[in-house]
Amino acid sequence: MMRFEPVIGLEVHAQLLTRSKLFCACSAAFGAPPNAHTCPVCMAFPGVLPVTNRQAVEFAIRAGLAAGSTIAPSSRWARKNYFYPDLPKAYQISMYEAPICIGGALQFSADGVEKRVRLVRIHLEEDAGKSIHDAQADASLVDLNRAGVPLLEIVSEPDLRSAADAVAYLRALRSILQYLEVCDGNMEEGSFRCDANVSIRPAGSDALGTRAEIKNMNSFRSVENAIDHEIARQIEVVSGGGRVEQETRLWDADRQVTRPMRSKELAHDYRYFPDPDLPPLVVDAAWVEKVRRELPELPAARRRRFETELGLSAYDAEVLTARRDVADYYEAALARHRNPKALGNWVMESILRIVREQKLDAELCIARWPVAPGDLADLVAAIDDGTISGKIAKTVFDEMVTSGKPPRAIIAARGLVQVTDSGAIASAVDRVLAAHPDKVSEYRGGKDKLFGFFVGQVMKATEGKANPKQVNELLKERLG
Amino acid sequence: MKLDLSSLTLATAAERLSRREISSRELTEAALETIARTDARLHAFLTVSADEARAQAAAADERLARGEPLSALDGLPLALKDVFSTRGVRTTAASRILENFVPPYDGTAVARLRASGAVFVGKTNCDEFAMGSSTENSAFGATRNPWDLTRVPGGSSGGSAVAVAAGQCLGALGTDTGGSIRLPAAYCGIVGLKPTYGRVSRYGIVAYASSLDQVGPFARDVRDAAILLEALAGHDPLDSTSARVAVPRYASALRAELGTLRVGVPREYFEEGLQPEVESSVREAIAVLESLGASIEIISLPHARYAIATYYLLATAEASSNLARYDGIRYGRRAGGAQNLAETYGRSRAEGFGAEVKRRIMLGTYALSAGYYDAYYGKAQKVRTLIRRDFDEAFARCDVLAAPTAATTAFALGEKLDDPLSMYLSDVLTISVNLAGLPALSLPCGVDGAGLPIGLQLIGKPFDELSLLGAGYAYEQATDWHSQHPPAVEQAP
Amino acid sequence: MKITRDDVRHVAALARLALSSEEEEKLAVELEAILGYVEKLGELDTEGIPATAHVLDAGPALRDDEVRNGPDVDGLLANAPDRSGSFFRVPKIIE
Repeated sequence: MMRFEPVIGLEVHAQLLTRSKLFCACSAAFGAPPNAHTCPVCMAFPGVLPVTNRQAVEFAIRAGLAAGSTIAPSSRWARKNYFYPDLPKAYQISMYEAPICIGGALQFSADGVEKRVRLVRIHLEEDAGKSIHDAQADASLVDLNRAGVPLLEIVSEPDLRSAADAVAYLRALRSILQYLEVCDGNMEEGSFRCDANVSIRPAGSDALGTRAEIKNMNSFRSVENAIDHEIARQIEVVSGGGRVEQETRLWDADRQVTRPMRSKELAHDYRYFPDPDLPPLVVDAAWVEKVRRELPELPAARRRRFETELGLSAYDAEVLTARRDVADYYEAALARHRNPKALGNWVMESILRIVREQKLDAELCIARWPVAPGDLADLVAAIDDGTISGKIAKTVFDEMVTSGKPPRAIIAARGLVQVTDSGAIASAVDRVLAAHPDKVSEYRGGKDKLFGFFVGQVMKATEGKANPKQVNELLKERLG
Repeated sequence: MKLDLSSLTLATAAERLSRREISSRELTEAALETIARTDARLHAFLTVSADEARAQAAAADERLARGEPLSALDGLPLALKDVFSTRGVRTTAASRILENFVPPYDGTAVARLRASGAVFVGKTNCDEFAMGSSTENSAFGATRNPWDLTRVPGGSSGGSAVAVAAGQCLGALGTDTGGSIRLPAAYCGIVGLKPTYGRVSRYGIVAYASSLDQVGPFARDVRDAAILLEALAGHDPLDSTSARVAVPRYASALRAELGTLRVGVPREYFEEGLQPEVESSVREAIAVLESLGASIEIISLPHARYAIATYYLLATAEASSNLARYDGIRYGRRAGGAQNLAETYGRSRAEGFGAEVKRRIMLGTYALSAGYYDAYYGKAQKVRTLIRRDFDEAFARCDVLAAPTAATTAFALGEKLDDPLSMYLSDVLTISVNLAGLPALSLPCGVDGAGLPIGLQLIGKPFDELSLLGAGYAYEQATDWHSQHPPAVEQAP
Repeated sequence: MKITRDDVRHVAALARLALSSEEEEKLAVELEAILGYVEKLGELDTEGIPATAHVLDAGPALRDDEVRNGPDVDGLLANAPDRSGSFFRVPKIIE
């Protein structure tokens, strides 16, 4: 039985975080009422002309430098011609023979293994508008707000060998783009989209098989399922003596299959040619150097720094640097109170949970997170200086989330200051032991498990405020 | 006092306005009255914007009364080829597909003239989407040459040329992609200027061929053309192909003396096919230049014979892409009763576009299509480089080149409609100029035996409109062709 | 270069022009003639000659990233052949 190896390449379209569109001064922001962010230029009225957004070009340079690509000193806008209602000019301004970034690579880890995927190119192009097909029975509705929003297209070489690796690559790429602040990486909102080119070949072969292009995968889970399904489908086809067709297939998330696109439209002949309305895009060495100087610390470097300078484990460093906003939050807290391990745990276990629960995960806005980094730092500081126990801290944290109040205020208002007076603890211990003489005998008789019972009773007697360490010590002392 | 606009120029009218001898209102009424009287025969206009014009004239008169004119053009009636986007005024590109289209914005050329106080009397007829050399390709009927109503005025900007030649306004704008200003200027006996590519913003003109289109003026004489150019020229942030080159004071720089102008005469433009009177008039004009002090040298443009082929591949390819937006979805004509999207596209476009436009879209699509790009479009782009180099070499030794604008005088309506290729060949003397992006001026230099005007073409170095206008002005001072008018057009019964 | 009816149909489809049968026939003849004429470019040796995509070097033309346009739905949709609220309306697109 022939063994097959999957060969996967990915094309990512990332919407850029510019204020205005790529070729006109309309807002590029998401969520406006239909056709509110339009003008004669992006609506392709007769006589209009495009003018390139400098910031979009700078974002492309940033991404290229982060990926180690060559930044082309001169690149060319090209027209990609086809008809569709959400493409107002009936051509998309893109780049064809001379893209702005050539080559490069992405390094990431998948299941603890370091992988490297080479890039073919990165280029700029404009997005199309949106068509809505289910609002009316016999008509589709067209909204051109998105038409002209800048996209970065990142094309990888077919270096991926599994669906899981593909997802790991996408996560790493998204993280980098978020770090660079060029894209917010929101797959559900469509600001980070992925198409996959999937083929198979006999294991050990060098040749490339016929590939199918898979579209319509709207989440990382879909990407993984779709690619796995497609690999299996292709293996079945070939094993059965058939041939894989070069075609575009859509992922159907409901039925969990890929199926060929229904419209048997003409094979696209895009008739690319250099756009005569736009001169060559010149990027000089000085500009590249300026962007290079201003590059933020990238995820991999930050992860390494968290491990070496802060002493975090590889796993913790990975989780805390996966998203730039999380890493920034963490370091802001750290600046206030330097306990990397404790703060790391609090961020991972509590903050990220709250953010997911409150569905803030999609929004890249630290200011909207319910607990300010300084307040989290103060909470950990209160544990570290003995004001409260770790257990009480959880209670305080819950109230910080709902009330937005700072920890010390909550501790004071609710009188949660830890009891550390050994006299007070000792008398609580004595009271508890006196109240349960039979259990004391059982414990002294060998039932060690009862220790936890006594600890619980002492905590209850002190309204949870007794310092646990002292409780343990005193109980051990009195129980013998 | 009935004003006859044909006896005025922009410059003389402005002078009389400033001396309060006449008002903008009077000039404008004269224009509107002439149009009303003559346009049934001439058909130069597609839209007459009388109310707007009167309002603009009233505002101009107020400014003039205060002694605060906005510019040398304040209060003067002009016409605009119907490819210029005018906010609130129908703009059709002489096509059924835009028959009822009203733009929501002004193009830059229009905005600059508006800001200068000019009065717009209306939108003029042209070949559909500027594709043609006779204005016969308009979806709304041909325009007639006032010198002989059975003849074409030239194209594609025929309406604008006629409006000026027949005294329906004092100046007009056209566009020139392969000769579309210069050819009608020559056929109608007036001045037409195609500026250097990038000199005037293209923002707002219905695009035909983006790397070739250029906006330019029609005028009664060279001084007027200089005045209009000055108002139009200059960098536009809305047009990425517009040049950042300072705008000289074209009008005040004009002198009657030529100085030591080196005039090159391209031998390829005097080879077969020239109507004898055209050749003799143009040679005579060159002799006048020589008598004014110019030195004349025969030069060669070896790739001239490839210009038409090059043009008809590049222009149509760009046009096929530029006209794809006319799909009946956001504006323009949508075919009734279309059952699905494919039909909406196919029928709207087939019904909305005329035969010549369809022909060029097909040709351009073919030239770009898979498998043919290198042989056609790619090849044409390289030949364009060779054509440009011919001019670069010529301009190493010359300041301007002189040639006829057209091989013949105006031909008869209907004469060339059966053979598209023969129509294309009328552009042979003008087309290389667009491929090389150079400025060129056509000015009247004679009439033939039938009394039809002949045009002298002067071609200049990039951004050297000064030399062109200077040479043209000096020639005008020494001759009288620019003062000739076509016979009065009688009112249609 | 021979241009057949099929060639014409293929190109017309790319250009979204629903030509009549007569138009197809006429265009086949006309295009063949015109393409025959333009083929004279093949006489020229253009090896090593760069293409002219832009006849003028206008210099960099980049725009600051500022939002300058406000909503104008009615103004921009005024010429729409078919609109539904603030949307353009087209015959149902089947994916």
